[in-house]
Amino acid sequence: MSALTVVYALLFYFAAAVLVLGVAYRVWLYARTPAPLKIPVTPAPLTPAGVVVRMAKEVVFFASLFRGNKWTWLFGWVFHFALLLVLLRHLRYFQEPVWTWVALIQPFGKYAAYAMVAGLIGLWARRFLVDRVRYISAPSDHLMLALLLAIALSGLAMKYFFHTDIVALKAFILGLLRFDLQPLPADGMLLVHLTLVALLMIIFPFSKLLHAPGLFFAPTRNQVDNPREKRHLAPWAAQLEAGGRQASTSS
Amino acid sequence: MADFEVPELKEELEIPPVHQGVTSHLKPFVADAQFQEPLGYPGELVENWQEVAINKMGELLGKYRSLRVFLDICVKCGACTDKCHYYLGTTDGNNMPVARQDLMRRVYRRYFTLGGKYFPKLVGAVDLTKEVLDQWYSYYHQCSQCRRCSVFCPYGIDTAEISMAAREILDSVGVGQKYCNEIIGKVIKIGNNLGLPQPALADTLEGLEEEVKMDTGVDVRFPLDEKGAEVLLVTPSADFFAEPHVDGLIGYAKVFHQAGISWTLSSYASEAANFGMFIGSYENMRRLALRIREAALDLGVKRIVFGECGHAWRVAYAFLNTLAGPFDFLDPKYPVPQHICEVTYDLIKRGALKLDPSANDHRRVTFHDSCNVARATRMGDFPGGQFVIPREILRSVCNHFYDMPPEAAYDATFCCGGGGGLLTDDLIELRVKGALPRMQALKHVVEEYGVTHLVAICAICKSQFTKVMPYYGFEMDQILSLHQLVGDALVFEAQA
Repeated sequence: MSALTVVYALLFYFAAAVLVLGVAYRVWLYARTPAPLKIPVTPAPLTPAGVVVRMAKEVVFFASLFRGNKWTWLFGWVFHFALLLVLLRHLRYFQEPVWTWVALIQPFGKYAAYAMVAGLIGLWARRFLVDRVRYISAPSDHLMLALLLAIALSGLAMKYFFHTDIVALKAFILGLLRFDLQPLPADGMLLVHLTLVALLMIIFPFSKLLHAPGLFFAPTRNQVDNPREKRHLAPWAAQLEAGGRQASTSS
Repeated sequence: MADFEVPELKEELEIPPVHQGVTSHLKPFVADAQFQEPLGYPGELVENWQEVAINKMGELLGKYRSLRVFLDICVKCGACTDKCHYYLGTTDGNNMPVARQDLMRRVYRRYFTLGGKYFPKLVGAVDLTKEVLDQWYSYYHQCSQCRRCSVFCPYGIDTAEISMAAREILDSVGVGQKYCNEIIGKVIKIGNNLGLPQPALADTLEGLEEEVKMDTGVDVRFPLDEKGAEVLLVTPSADFFAEPHVDGLIGYAKVFHQAGISWTLSSYASEAANFGMFIGSYENMRRLALRIREAALDLGVKRIVFGECGHAWRVAYAFLNTLAGPFDFLDPKYPVPQHICEVTYDLIKRGALKLDPSANDHRRVTFHDSCNVARATRMGDFPGGQFVIPREILRSVCNHFYDMPPEAAYDATFCCGGGGGLLTDDLIELRVKGALPRMQALKHVVEEYGVTHLVAICAICKSQFTKVMPYYGFEMDQILSLHQLVGDALVFEAQA
């Protein structure tokens, strides 16, 4: 087993652990923190089913962003759904035999890579061209786009210019999943692509990428609009109330 | 007229280029010890303020999911950057909602995240210095907590939640805002924002009875502290004397009179507005809310009804049950609390009011959706009732009603410019500039439909418009209370 294989295997185990544990910790933190007051932005749904519909509109169509800014919506939506397709396309490296629908989407996934690059370039251009967006951009906001773009471009480069041994790569990945290490092809572009992906996985739980799990926890969007019908009380507020009652009875 | 430049009303609302720090000089008066201490805050900047502030931030992060999630998940997409009326009116970059949030987010990152601890420059994290604290004081008092930004945010991030937390932290280190904290103190001590004691209130109400008798010949009553009344009316204290608020109060009284509903005001809970929300203080908000519960119990009423007040309606509709519930001692047939518009609307639907809309034929009106009513509450039993019900009332009492453009109404409505605890003369420049988008929409309906009056259901909006409309070439009396139109349209037997 080459040192390269071992290093990359360790890198991906590490990155996967950071991603999973890091996001799980954040989600646990969000879930554990109470929302003491009813603050849905209204008009809001009156039932939990209505909240599911509201959330679905946000997650699938980016409905509020569409109202907010058409260009950002266009680039953002194209990027995210292209990324989804590309990720699904990559599933073929993780399964044997490959599911039928994963096989079927392969050609679309290829075009999605272009769409992803286009979306990212659009989003990045806004950080330079729109003065308001320029004002609010930190170095990390630029670097995140650079990282995603580099991942997309290195992937495309492998597809068209710097081919790698796909069969060996798949064996390596399946080996990772089965804890049975197989040699990783030592191709420069592949190593660049994999390194950047591992980096993204590691950064995820410490960065604004937390918007992916976080948006489900926004009380402004996930609360049912029923404060008059149902009393809402956080544990710490209930404690405050109990303390107040004791104080008033003793006085 | 002003020692600052009043923004110009153009053909339509323009998104201005960003300027840095042009309103960094705007800040409200800081509260003295006499206004801080009754609320449980230190009287002046404490010595170890940095430590206290960071600890407070940590405490709030553990108590408010909104704060924790919102500080983490913003991706700086920029969708909110052109949505704040204060940005549009002042052009100061820090008045873009995301930039305003970032004033706190940078500090959060520095002290509470790995990236900010080890790579502060990279992620834009900063230490909490005195300079940063001063910036907080300035710019978190340039947010009216109107929630317009959150409507357009892909994740629903609400800057109001951040500015409330910031004000709570500022209070906890001893740098409170005089306007809000003085007012909260008056409610705690006397019962209302104005500090009107019971005898003065009784006198005022007696005067109103005489005035209505003279105008209409009808004995409309304005009861105070009457045990056994069916309804406890809780209304903003501005309704007792300010124009055009008081005409709204007369309108509520006429509605109750004609519908034969017995009602009373309470001198103990003579204030609907709850400024505890503005300073993000759950404890102070609860103290004020409990007065209403106590008054309802004491007077033995069956229903609680709130008068026209935007932020009051938010605390009443969305928080009252949480803060001071459960209200199982009231009549379960009615929601607790009710908005006066819900009461009037139900009566109109049942045909219980005799209305002559032609009484308002000399007025061509438009309706201002108050920010907190629009985006933080509901009226009626269906989503969006807060838009439908006031408009239905208006159409029943007035023949000439015209809506403002949809991008400036309903849930996209613009704040009047004076909400969120900023309705103070030390912030007049901000208030005038922040009113720009609303004035722009008003200009549109004035030119398009010959609108003569702006109708509102919020005490702050009414006071703010009275003050700032003249800066834009309108008259101060072009703002009316919704229930003034209702009162004017009501037909009484005595008149016939």
